[in-house]
Amino acid sequence: MPITKTEIRRGAYYDSIILMQLQAGLADLDGIENVGVMMGTEANKALLTQTNLLTDEAKSALPDDLIIAVQGQDEATVSTALSQIDKLLAKRHSVIEEMDYLPQSIEAATKMLPSANWVLISVPGRYAAGVAREALRFDKHVFLYSDNVSAEDELSLKHEAAEKGLLVMGADCGTAIVNGVGLGFANQIRRGPIGVVGASGTGLQQVTARIHQLGSGITHALGTGGRDLSEQMGAITARQSLDLLSRDPNTQVIVLISKPPAKGVADSLLRLARSSGKPVVVNFIGYQPPAEIHGIQFARTLDHAAELAVMLAKQPMPGLSRGKPVESAPSTGKDGQARYLRGLFSGGTLAYEALLILQEYLPLVYSNAPLDRAYKLSDSLVSQQHTIVDLGEDEFTVGRLHPMMDNSLRIQRLQQEANDPEVAVILLDVVLGHGAHADPVSELAPVIGAALAQADEAGRNLKIVALVCGTNEDPQDMSAQIEMLQQAGAYVETNNETAVRYVGQKLQGLNPTSGLAPVSLEMLDQPLAAINVGLESFTASLQTQEAQVIHVNWRPPAGGNQKLMDILARMKKK
Amino acid sequence: MNIEQANQQAVERMMEARPVLVGIGTARDVIPGMRDNLLLHAGAPITWERASGPMRGAITGALILEGKASSEAEAQQLVESGEIELEPCHHHNAVGPMAGVTSASMAVYIVEDKTYGGLAYSNLNEGYGKVLRYGAYSEEVINRLTWMTETMAPVLKAAIEASGGIDIKALLAEALHMGDEGHNRNKAGSILYLKALAPHVARTCSDSSVAGDVLQAIGDNALSVLNPVMAACKAMADAAHGIEGSTIVSTMARNGTDFGIRVSGLGDQWFTAPVGTPQGLYFPNFTADDASGDIGDSTITETIGIGGFAMATAPAIVTFVSGTPKDALNTTMEMYEINYTEHKYFTMPQLDFRGTPTGIDIRKVVETGITPRVNTGIAHKEAGVGQIGAGLVRPPMACFEQALIAYAEKYGI
Repeated sequence: MPITKTEIRRGAYYDSIILMQLQAGLADLDGIENVGVMMGTEANKALLTQTNLLTDEAKSALPDDLIIAVQGQDEATVSTALSQIDKLLAKRHSVIEEMDYLPQSIEAATKMLPSANWVLISVPGRYAAGVAREALRFDKHVFLYSDNVSAEDELSLKHEAAEKGLLVMGADCGTAIVNGVGLGFANQIRRGPIGVVGASGTGLQQVTARIHQLGSGITHALGTGGRDLSEQMGAITARQSLDLLSRDPNTQVIVLISKPPAKGVADSLLRLARSSGKPVVVNFIGYQPPAEIHGIQFARTLDHAAELAVMLAKQPMPGLSRGKPVESAPSTGKDGQARYLRGLFSGGTLAYEALLILQEYLPLVYSNAPLDRAYKLSDSLVSQQHTIVDLGEDEFTVGRLHPMMDNSLRIQRLQQEANDPEVAVILLDVVLGHGAHADPVSELAPVIGAALAQADEAGRNLKIVALVCGTNEDPQDMSAQIEMLQQAGAYVETNNETAVRYVGQKLQGLNPTSGLAPVSLEMLDQPLAAINVGLESFTASLQTQEAQVIHVNWRPPAGGNQKLMDILARMKKK
Repeated sequence: MNIEQANQQAVERMMEARPVLVGIGTARDVIPGMRDNLLLHAGAPITWERASGPMRGAITGALILEGKASSEAEAQQLVESGEIELEPCHHHNAVGPMAGVTSASMAVYIVEDKTYGGLAYSNLNEGYGKVLRYGAYSEEVINRLTWMTETMAPVLKAAIEASGGIDIKALLAEALHMGDEGHNRNKAGSILYLKALAPHVARTCSDSSVAGDVLQAIGDNALSVLNPVMAACKAMADAAHGIEGSTIVSTMARNGTDFGIRVSGLGDQWFTAPVGTPQGLYFPNFTADDASGDIGDSTITETIGIGGFAMATAPAIVTFVSGTPKDALNTTMEMYEINYTEHKYFTMPQLDFRGTPTGIDIRKVVETGITPRVNTGIAHKEAGVGQIGAGLVRPPMACFEQALIAYAEKYGI
């Protein structure tokens, strides 16, 4: 025969939910058959009657009284249960220490960690591209560890990223170190002056480890994924990375490593490397280097690449990496905006040397007398992109005086170039001395002044740089010539290399060398903060490195239902 | 207009609507399309054959109240013969908790959206215990309904009109800072409602005894404001409905058999799937085996961003979500994943006054596999027993998947 005991508590207020919880807690105790925990209203008493829980004591309870009625096997069991009431009521769950919610989507993660600039992706290949697209949608750089991503997906991701000035490292990218934080598999490498771009994960690890062993360190090590340097991918990520490191003021030497790339890709990368303005060490593992290319050192092995880089970082190659880094990046790259150089030379050798030096800054410069026949102007009278014209070439002097004596052709060309909205810089030489025009600047300065005023009026940022070749003892009075040029608004140098490097640096800032939208340097400066989608060990590894990270509790979209996934993917394009 | 713009417009309208309780009327006089042979009910369209126990009980009770039947068998005959018709509250700008059964002579709240001009209706809350909305139809239930219609409603009507209207949106925003989530917990909101009514009841009701009875009924019932709140939510949801191209859910409702949703950009089509059974805490002597399938229009609260979505702000009822305040926070955090935005006016102190998750986006539900979390009362599966507990439930994913496919078809995606 079960027995029922009641406890009445007066003046106690508990939320009904707490009471239901107490009731559930009492009912869970051994030997307890039925429990009623309710305020003593008539309706509640009626309920207790129905369940045979209404004792005489409970009958006398008032609406504001708490009735706790317990039915169990025997007296001892029921009494024990009643003695648990306070403990059960006082049972506290842990208070909120911190938010432990794991977001399930990149969108939710971006709200929880707004400073995140990277998304690490290591989900199965079938889903990886979709996750990467989502990351790009929220303007995050992508470290795509996943493999088995189709080449078509990789290419479209890289194009999309490049348009937005974002990096997609991978697919199948194992290693990167950004701002001191290793992504994926990476060694603990000292910070230092060497930047590394690698299409090979372990290659990147070996080179960076060796740099560390040799006492130097790295700025960043950017991975591209093994397929990046294929003909199809066109080294999009490698080109972006080279461009980024060439603009990074902390990177003094660049190392580029890859298994042998496709021939055309290798050529374009080397051209880019040459125009980085910094010494570049290349190790295309097992690649036969072409004849010496100015500014590029070919390494035989990974270790050799590290050694060369460390050596170069200690003793920068003469003539390279001089001067200050490019001034704050001006507005760049969009079609129709000013970004091209036009050099209007009267001196053939000066023009030739300008072309040589500009190789370190610009991927290609057209000319009527180019270094490489591939970049010969199709019409010497019309400039193309970056152009250096030697106006002293025979084609211009038929029936006309040499431009050192006759300024008319140059004045005409200067006006023509100044009217081109794509032109950012005009470089010209003024050669003084016996035999030359008696007062060339008196003719050039008014044209320079007018061109600058006109550009200014149109809201264009045009720069005119003049190289004056002469001495103070020349008949033209060099000081007076320079002063007139400066008054007209020109920037004047008397040393060809200095003038050309000045121009080169200016243009480098305006022209991302990769030909792609530049990746913002800020990304390298900001502390790395990441959203990790996939392997939990990557989250743990970032936490160990004290980087901010948020782990996404990822599940296949739409439960892996392909039809729904396809609809969702199409809706995202709408 | 692309999807994002359409959704932005939908949630803007949802949040900018300003529902004000302006009066009380008789259903047949005020609800559009209401007629004497019509019963409104919760959820998507339902037949007697498929109706759950509580739904059948509530239909029976309403027909007894209307003097058209005296037993469940008679009620069944009337409905099956087509003499009495059943239509969703939602087809008539109305909502009702649990069975939501509303008949022509019942008194209903009238809520007006002062921003966009829409009107919404809801019946009056009966309180606890044996009540029609849980399918009970005994004599005391009918007597109570009669008292509500004949005595309580005129007093409330006069007071509401004298007050110049009670701003339910403002009331809700305040209640959310007082531990309510607006669906299962309306303790603070009901007291605020009592506070708004009391002086006007005192001034307009000449019989102080009746005034006392009415105020007591409102004050004793911690759900008394639920019905005006639901009508207010309906007005907000309707403001967001019918935006071409929008993927925002504008209705979630249960008829006890099916869970149904409607989507702003997909017109009046329902997407339904069998309801689940709520997980929760039960009154003495009842277990999950006694529970009816999920029922009621009260999911209109979650539809506009409160209720289960605002769990973080209602620590007193966190036991529904397994116990800790952190779990309550996580419930709200999870709901952010599938909602389009954060509410401009409904905020939660516990999340540093972040807005509640607002505007369920079918794309996000399907993509993440996360369904909305709904707080709900639990009805007994047999007619006439009433409420047996309260807890949590989620709509079936199939509703959202069907809606996504229908969207793709309609918009040629």
